[in-house]
Amino acid sequence: MLTPADIGALWLTFKVASITTLILLLLGTPLAWWLTNTRSRWKPFFNALIAMPLVLPPTVLGFYLLILMGPKGPLGQLSNSLGLGTLPFTFSGLVFASCIYSLPFVVQPLQNSFESIGQRPLEVAATLRASPLDTFFSVVMPLAKPGFLTASILGFAHTVGEFGVVLMIGGNIPDKTRVVSVQLYNHVEALEYTQAHTLAAILLGFSFVVLLVMYTVIKSPVRVQQYS
Amino acid sequence: MILIYQALCFQMNNRLRLLCLLFLVTSTTALTSAKADEVVVAVASNFIKPMQRIAGDFKEQTGHEVKLSFGSSGKLLAQITHGAPFDIFLSADTDKVDRLIKHGLAVSDSSYIYAQGRLVLWSAAENFIDDSPNILQSDKFNYIALADAKLAPYGKAASEVMEALQLEKRLKDKLVTGENISQTYQFVQTGNAQLGFVALSQVNNKNANSKGSKWLIPSALHAPINQSAVILKRAKDNPAAIELFAYLQKKTTQALIKSFGYDTINSTRNYADAR
Repeated sequence: MLTPADIGALWLTFKVASITTLILLLLGTPLAWWLTNTRSRWKPFFNALIAMPLVLPPTVLGFYLLILMGPKGPLGQLSNSLGLGTLPFTFSGLVFASCIYSLPFVVQPLQNSFESIGQRPLEVAATLRASPLDTFFSVVMPLAKPGFLTASILGFAHTVGEFGVVLMIGGNIPDKTRVVSVQLYNHVEALEYTQAHTLAAILLGFSFVVLLVMYTVIKSPVRVQQYS
Repeated sequence: MILIYQALCFQMNNRLRLLCLLFLVTSTTALTSAKADEVVVAVASNFIKPMQRIAGDFKEQTGHEVKLSFGSSGKLLAQITHGAPFDIFLSADTDKVDRLIKHGLAVSDSSYIYAQGRLVLWSAAENFIDDSPNILQSDKFNYIALADAKLAPYGKAASEVMEALQLEKRLKDKLVTGENISQTYQFVQTGNAQLGFVALSQVNNKNANSKGSKWLIPSALHAPINQSAVILKRAKDNPAAIELFAYLQKKTTQALIKSFGYDTINSTRNYADAR
């Protein structure tokens, strides 16, 4: 039922989503922690900036990325001068765009669970002479585990569902930028409804299972409250 | 977090319901109040610019309102087969029009070729292409854009050109495909692809920022890009639609279409006259 091209697209999607989630967890954790603790008056500004991909049509994001990452755009000039070439139509470009696209889906759950920990456990840790770094790894991270799980699942799933951005900057290259949503779209456009049905059913099943797992494993994402 | 979202959703439910209701009411009134002297035309992406101009002229002369919907021919075809309220379909090929006629969704004797597309190899950089295919043999570019051959007639013509020039192997790893010809143009216009096969009508378009350099591809290198128009069944009693269809075939309109970078075929049947 699945053609090699379909399987290639599924595998590529899995790779993009995994790498994106990993990068976002690495970058999003310090970012979310900073946003939780900062008293900067710029905080609302950064919160708004991070939430932007939630409300922006993906085509807007894709359009700007295509221009910014192009040879005349600032990002394109930067990547060119670093010897990386321009990013559109490449796997790295796709991962970069996905990171921006899925950023709020990772940062927000983390920030919410960090905020729900409150000051108390941190103060207790400090009285026990834990360094801030130690506190983060031995107190905050375990308490924020549901947040990390939610962030990973949402980040991964949202990247799998990415479509408009990829369509704008991907160039539809097999095994490089032709992810499953684009492959599905092409099947529909070419009136190949049988293949389209198969892929659509896989995505539908995947989305449901992922959300089911999330709601089963993380029954109460704010359970950490009881410690404070 | 999820709890908050759920709470939000719950609170918003009533407001959302109201919105949906409002939307339903306005859309049904819009449908019922649609007058007969309004034409809705589904237009293939490559013909956007000329059609906007034609629609403007037509409205000036007749007072009929023309509404234009743009998209790839494939998408428009799917919409029409699922009941989209279009009166006229300007496809980028002939197959999709034939398919509609076969399924009884279009007026069979109305179809004619309104334009023949011209393919051009274009670069946004000036003096990059020297009005010949020589650049394709060089290593001066990383990417060359074309429309998807499976979805877009201009993409199919582009692959035929590459085949005719025996460049398929050489270019294989440099190809990036746009979903339709507009997107292909965008890839080249932004400089992300240094070269691209686009429609001459896009490059001729004065509004778009399209200086650059080009090679007008001889029509002999690919099968003709015949673009068919057809009146859809729903419009067969809409006088404005039939008037517009006749207007498209007028000599002055054909000259205008030519000025946008198309060829036209003279032997067109005039549906309005035949009736």
